[in-house]
Amino acid sequence: MTAVHDAASVYMVENVLLIAIRDNITDTDIIGLQEELSERIVVEGARGIVIDIAALEIVDTFVGRILAQLSAIGHLLGAETYTVGMQPAVAMTLVELGMDFSGSRTALSLSHALRALKAKGLA
Amino acid sequence: MTSSTIAEVLSIIEEEYDETLAAWFRTQRQEGVRRPDLFSNAEAENQLGQLLRAFVDGARRADLDRPINLEDEAWTLLRDTLREVTKNRLERGVSPTEMTTMVLALKHPLYTRLRKRLAGDPDRLVEEITQLSRAMDAFAMQINEDFLAERDQIIERQRQEMMELSTPVVQLWERVLTIPLIGTLDSARAQEVMENLLNSIVEHRAEVVIVDITGVRVVDTQVAQHLLRTAAAVRLMGAEAIISGISPKIAQTMVELGVDVGEVTTRPSIRAALRDAFVKVGFEIRRTDDSRA
Repeated sequence: MTAVHDAASVYMVENVLLIAIRDNITDTDIIGLQEELSERIVVEGARGIVIDIAALEIVDTFVGRILAQLSAIGHLLGAETYTVGMQPAVAMTLVELGMDFSGSRTALSLSHALRALKAKGLA
Repeated sequence: MTSSTIAEVLSIIEEEYDETLAAWFRTQRQEGVRRPDLFSNAEAENQLGQLLRAFVDGARRADLDRPINLEDEAWTLLRDTLREVTKNRLERGVSPTEMTTMVLALKHPLYTRLRKRLAGDPDRLVEEITQLSRAMDAFAMQINEDFLAERDQIIERQRQEMMELSTPVVQLWERVLTIPLIGTLDSARAQEVMENLLNSIVEHRAEVVIVDITGVRVVDTQVAQHLLRTAAAVRLMGAEAIISGISPKIAQTMVELGVDVGEVTTRPSIRAALRDAFVKVGFEIRRTDDSRA
């Protein structure tokens, strides 16, 4: 089952929600995404979430905060959440801004995250 | 007299070109800045001749009532010639003082000739000498500027080379990188280290990076912050950072400073860190010959 969102593509594969964020994401888009994601985790009973942000070239505090929030929400709703594919420039900016995503999981790529989820029997 | 001029000086140079050049040479020799060890007669003569002609060219075009600024359009030829000669001489080991003295040595022969020619017109004599002094002083200052600019360039180039040399990222094993840090870790270098490391993570698809600080002389709160930030950025990329080479002394200092490394793995040696890295990426090192224990 797939859904197309303005800000991102969201796919449900097995028990894992895959979210690919687009590079031209706007502040409104990302808030909409947060709502849709929260709904779908519950409705579809996702055990794992992978948020792919490889397309993001630039982040600001707002986007950074929402990204951290997305994984916190996933965690609260009982799904293990991975943020994957972060660009070096984005990582440096987030660290500069003092946002270290502590508490959220990260992986190099989608396949790394899926492997980790499989190892835990969640995918 | 309406406008400042050094017409007499210019006509001296034109009418007595060879004599002026020769006299300039002589003064340089007297002042001890001729440096025959570095420049042949022909070469020096060629350079001085170029300077003299460029000076005449500039003095003709420039408005001497205004402050003499060699950046002005009128002085282009002289500025470029001066810069080239300065660069050439510095490369061969001429000091800036020698270079300046060499140019200022032109004053003497010109003054002597001016006094002879304008003996009956003291006002004009003073005017010409004043204007000539202004111009010559401006040249001398320009030489110093050029010299400093040249030095700055060398320093900047060396700084960059040092920066690049000092932050090599090495692949130790599949998906395992290390960056051995040596010397001091200031903000600029910390930034460079982070950039290099993060880009290498992407390039090598690395899962573990070992930041080795065995060669870092001083670890204070700021250096610790830089290291922890680097570790945080590595984690954001989805890899794991291990800080190795923490000596007993550094461990004590860090605790005394109240540095909290949080979740970051730290190890005393790169060897201990490598063992962790192998476990993480799924490799194992085994002894193949038990008798060599």
